Amino acid sequence: MKAPAFAYVKPSTLDAVFELLERHGEGAKLLAGGQSLIPSLNMRLSAPELLIDITGLREYAGIHASVDSVRIGALTTHAEIERSAEIGKHLPLVARAVSHIAHPAIRNRGTLGGSLALADPAAEYPACAVALEATIVVSGRNGERRIKAEQFFKGLFETDLKPGEVVTAAEFPVAGRNDKSVFLELSRRRGDYAIIGLAAHNSRFVFFGAGTKPVLAGNAASKTSLQEARAALATDLDPPADLYNSSATKLHLAGVLLERAWNTLSTSH
Amino acid sequence: MGKAELPLHAPGTRVDKGYIGQSVPRPNAKRLLQGRGAFVDDLRFPRLAHVAFFRSPHAHARIKRLDFGNALKSAGVIDVFDGRAVAEYCTPWVGVLAHLKGIKSPPQHAIAIERACWQGEAVAAVVAESRTQAEDAVDLIDADWEELPAVLDMDEALSGRCVIHPELGDNICFKREHDTGGVDEAFAKADLVVEETYRFGRHTGVCLEGRSILADYNAAEHTLTVHHSTQAPHMMQDVFSRHLGIPEANVRVIARDVGGSFGIKVHVYPDEMATAALSVMLRRPVKFVADRLESFLTDIHAREHKVTIRLACSKDGEILAFDLDDLSAIGPYSVYPRTSGIEGNQVVNLTGGPYKHQKYRAKLNVVFTNKNVTCQYRAVGHPIAVALTEGIVDLAAQNLKMDPAEFRRRNLIPDDAYPYTFPSGVKFEKLSHHQCLDQLLGLMNYASLRKEQADLRGRNIFRGIGLAAMIEVTNPSPAFYGVGGARISAQDGATLRLEPTGMVTVMCSVTEQGQGTEGIFAQIAASAVGVSMDKVRVITGDTGVTPYGGGTWASRGAGIGGEAVLLAGRALLSNILDVASKVLNLEKETLDIENNAIVDKLTQEKKMPLEELGRITYFRPDILPLDFQAELTVTRHYTPREYAFTFTNGIQASLVEVDTDTGFVKLLKHWCVEDSGTVINPMLVDEQLRGGVAEGIGAALYEECLYSPEGQLLNGNMADYVVPMSGEIPDIVCAHIETPTRQSQLGAKGVGEAGTAGAPGAVMNAINDALAPLGARVTAMPFTPERILRALGRIA
Repeated sequence: MKAPAFAYVKPSTLDAVFELLERHGEGAKLLAGGQSLIPSLNMRLSAPELLIDITGLREYAGIHASVDSVRIGALTTHAEIERSAEIGKHLPLVARAVSHIAHPAIRNRGTLGGSLALADPAAEYPACAVALEATIVVSGRNGERRIKAEQFFKGLFETDLKPGEVVTAAEFPVAGRNDKSVFLELSRRRGDYAIIGLAAHNSRFVFFGAGTKPVLAGNAASKTSLQEARAALATDLDPPADLYNSSATKLHLAGVLLERAWNTLSTSH
Repeated sequence: MGKAELPLHAPGTRVDKGYIGQSVPRPNAKRLLQGRGAFVDDLRFPRLAHVAFFRSPHAHARIKRLDFGNALKSAGVIDVFDGRAVAEYCTPWVGVLAHLKGIKSPPQHAIAIERACWQGEAVAAVVAESRTQAEDAVDLIDADWEELPAVLDMDEALSGRCVIHPELGDNICFKREHDTGGVDEAFAKADLVVEETYRFGRHTGVCLEGRSILADYNAAEHTLTVHHSTQAPHMMQDVFSRHLGIPEANVRVIARDVGGSFGIKVHVYPDEMATAALSVMLRRPVKFVADRLESFLTDIHAREHKVTIRLACSKDGEILAFDLDDLSAIGPYSVYPRTSGIEGNQVVNLTGGPYKHQKYRAKLNVVFTNKNVTCQYRAVGHPIAVALTEGIVDLAAQNLKMDPAEFRRRNLIPDDAYPYTFPSGVKFEKLSHHQCLDQLLGLMNYASLRKEQADLRGRNIFRGIGLAAMIEVTNPSPAFYGVGGARISAQDGATLRLEPTGMVTVMCSVTEQGQGTEGIFAQIAASAVGVSMDKVRVITGDTGVTPYGGGTWASRGAGIGGEAVLLAGRALLSNILDVASKVLNLEKETLDIENNAIVDKLTQEKKMPLEELGRITYFRPDILPLDFQAELTVTRHYTPREYAFTFTNGIQASLVEVDTDTGFVKLLKHWCVEDSGTVINPMLVDEQLRGGVAEGIGAALYEECLYSPEGQLLNGNMADYVVPMSGEIPDIVCAHIETPTRQSQLGAKGVGEAGTAGAPGAVMNAINDALAPLGARVTAMPFTPERILRALGRIA
């Protein structure tokens, strides 16, 4: 299939982006890496009037580590995150997650901001952001807002972004000396959407592919034994079936991941 | 020894000359790697129009009304047509063959008329200046449908409660029963009877290049030139001629580069026939390139069998009989011209194939359903027959507490028993099951793998080893299709021409699909004539240029096309030596060609470069004797006729580890020992095997076309239809036994489908071997994590 006709513009300032968003409203879509948008255009699942290519806003790309947090610009690609020594050092959970995102060619184009703004429930970054209690930074006509990841993801492909707002960065707290994290993902092929995945940081167990958004398994985490935790998982998750896995299968697999993460977190140093 | 004295690899001779048996790089690989391939979509034509199809959204529905009003007004639209309009120019076809007794199918049109029978069937065609504009207009077609009951389940189809084509009376396309007699008696006296039902998911071949056609009708000449991504240019020439009413001589089919085919591109597709008809109707070139979503909806699917098999054996592990009941669903039409009855027919012919039992009974029902059509995809029927046979054989061995390799050794047909007639009626020229088994067990270090497996089980690591012995149909004679009335050539031809510069041009009717056919033809031609590879140019895939032939299918390219090239090469050598004899005034018998020159046969002394011979022949024939005419273009043909098929044999093994918590299967290693006769290019043969194994692994673990209860394809895209990628494929170790066929000089048998034939059974047996200590078995492909967890009782 060929994409339906659309207009294309590549502004050089964020203000120009805001102006275009205001003028075109729902008819405009932001184009960053195109990881999800381009396939949806080419399958005619989406037919925007205007694509606003924001990849020219280079000041919103890049990784900056400070004493207590790492700020990742929205236009930073997965490949840049994968190669970053700072991410490896300060955000081991993110470093482990990124290689699960699609394939190298796609990681060269896809961006952190695109993934966060799309809020695909099977995606890796939203779960990591919730597990790490990251802050999502968004900008609009009326200035900047800072939103806790847990509040940012509201539902299936639904975020706290207001019309006219753009994700500009995410800030992740630097992992401390005693922090422990585990990233686990089950997919039949490397690089596919997760059947189920788990981003765990200390006692925050966040599942992806498990609901309409990243799911923090609070009940399971509150238990003192693994057995109780696995039993409690059913009260935290009600994963939707996919083409190949029933809800029950996914819940079972979530329990397996919980067990593996639990064992790793309680034994590793 | 001169080239004229080859057999290149006959029994007892050593190949120490020429390129046969060498891993010569393919001459065309560099061109493809540099992006200089010429695929259909690369072609640029003036006045080229593009077609997009409006396809049925329903599995079964009556077309009440089609309104093209808005579509016709859309930008760039040239015209819009329904099935009736196209039928004025293209007659319908019926996919039956006379030797499949009783097979039936209704007439099928290029564009459906009145009724759509599967989701994705084309019901209107929009022709526009660009594909994008055509797609825009497709969205503007207004259709009223009356949904009809859809038959999707094969048992439901067999029951005949709802008949898809009422004029046929029932939903049975084809049925067959085969019985050697004595089966009930064999089961009655058996010490052990095992029975199991296996299910094979419907899947498809996924070509890098989608189906593509560019039809160019020239009204002034009443000629049709079709640039086509196809395996069989001459077959399509005949089909276009017949159904469009254009004399065959006026139809030319050109298949330049083809980006993979796997059997997908050897069938008649309604949308491709419509494209050719539209070119005639509009008197201009029209192009159709199936996009990925259309490919999943309309490229032939394959498999979808449910088979119950029983095996009777003695307590010593001697197989006495097999009894089989196969039910297979093929969609609403039998595909033209090969029919959709062949896959089931192959299951009947091949089940139990490697073994020496004498009693065999089989029942086959092939039924219509309202899903996309199925037809011959790589290894046609073999993956099913092999998995059934090898699955039930392992179950019998397990019941007898006998090692599966030992059980096979006791039952494989002895290597000295040939020629041999199998209880299904097929005949084997010469196979080497025991040699292959011995080589495989050594290659994989079977005994130590078994020990490692036992050790790991103690640590709750569940590894499994699966074996799959097999036989395979290659080099088919006219018995495959021709005797059934299909105009599908079982013979192929090659023309070789010595150019004035000493180059050799090869034109062969077998086509290149990306698998290296042209490379091996260059090797054979160079070896037969006595020139170096860089002196050979190969042309394939053009009905206007090459001799007539069948093309590429059923593992026939090397064995049949290669033999034609060899015979033509020897004839050209002889004709060149005739010229040399006259020019040099020496006896022909004392001459040979070596390294691009005429040489003295005995001393290898160089007498004359071929270039000089070419110069004299073409530009100074006045110096040749008056009663002599040089003939430096020769054509030879070859058809295997002594056996219906030149069977090959082989055995594969799979080593897997099953994660019993997640149901995930990790493929650790795969081995394949194959006897495909003379190996022309070991690298290409090994890669054919590996590619085939990868597709077989797809069938075993990943690939299935999933339909909703309403008949909607649920996973028709590359994200949801899971094709294994390099990361999922283990190391595949290949080895060969070479038993050349004595039917040809070359001795080559086919190898293109062996990997696909054996891998699913080997992987299945490995998984079940891993699960055995837990009392679990899986028998429904693909073996998804969920199916394995269910077998383990980990989920309800």
